[in-house]
Amino acid sequence: MMSHEEIKSLILNYSPEAVCDESGPWLQVSIQSTDWLPLAEALRNHSQLQFDYLFCLTGVDWKTHLSVVYHLTSKVFGHTVVVKVKIDDRINPVVETVSNIWRTAELHEREAYDLFGIRFNSHPDLRRLFLTDEWVGWPLRKDYEDPINMIKL
Amino acid sequence: MDVKKTLDPFPGQVHQSPGGGILTGTLDDVINWARSNSLWPLVFGTSCCAIEMMSTASAKYDWSRFGFEVARATPRQADVIIIAGTIVNKMGPVLKRLYDQMPEPRYVIAMGACATSGGPFFYNTYSVVKGADHIIPVDVYIAGCPPRPEALLHALITLQAKVKSGAPREKISIPELPKPSAS
Ligand code: SF4
Repeated sequence: MMSHEEIKSLILNYSPEAVCDESGPWLQVSIQSTDWLPLAEALRNHSQLQFDYLFCLTGVDWKTHLSVVYHLTSKVFGHTVVVKVKIDDRINPVVETVSNIWRTAELHEREAYDLFGIRFNSHPDLRRLFLTDEWVGWPLRKDYEDPINMIKL
Repeated sequence: MDVKKTLDPFPGQVHQSPGGGILTGTLDDVINWARSNSLWPLVFGTSCCAIEMMSTASAKYDWSRFGFEVARATPRQADVIIIAGTIVNKMGPVLKRLYDQMPEPRYVIAMGACATSGGPFFYNTYSVVKGADHIIPVDVYIAGCPPRPEALLHALITLQAKVKSGAPREKISIPELPKPSAS
């Protein structure tokens, strides 16, 4: 198992722009959406990292921007990292898919698309997951309005 | 609870006669009596309330004491649907179809706050139906989040009383509202 420092220095090799936060139990890395794909490949394939299990993928609406949070762990070494990918464009949020790197992302990215409207480039099957195909809007966005079904406090 | 006391006697009289007995009663009463003591619930649970429903079926509460033990996995063989859990908009058509597939006479119990009113999801949600009675008619409502197994048993016994009293839903007449005057 690698220490946070070692993981951090390896990550900074690949994306020098990354901001690391060690306050939590896991190392948290914040990057821009354009830097994500090369870093993801490195996290998966680097012989000392081998993050082979994506166990959580979440969308977050920060009102000013959106982000996608990836929780990765390595079943070989037992270390874990959290990657927060920031997407500045709220109107047309796009990030590269990682479903070709971690197969499980295929489903999780559909969920993030369904509820946050984040589009994942080159995703093989980006459709609505929980909501019906004809649904309009992204319900987990902070500015989502549904005057017919939603009763506001 | 003394179960024997809650059970109604057989609706009819037995007249002893040589070589056996003669039974008199009205057929409707006998049918309702029999029906009320073997209500088969549909296996249907959409969220946390279903856990309480399962525990009502388990050995500790044992709803088979009252004739509910034969939970059916198909609506075609079920008499009563216990809506145990949240109904979301996407589930609405499924619930309607299940209800439509149940043979008459069919009964509905709305278990818990979600099934009666949308419960904890009443405010600020885009997905939850605010009460299953927006979709299908409900015979008995149970309050609670989740209701205890005793409450579900009480609802089932209430439903039995309703069945025994005769045609349940048809008996409930809705008084006509006064027409608004033209003035
Ligand atoms: S009423 Fe409460 S316990 Fe029952 S399904 Fe709703 S949230 Fe769960």
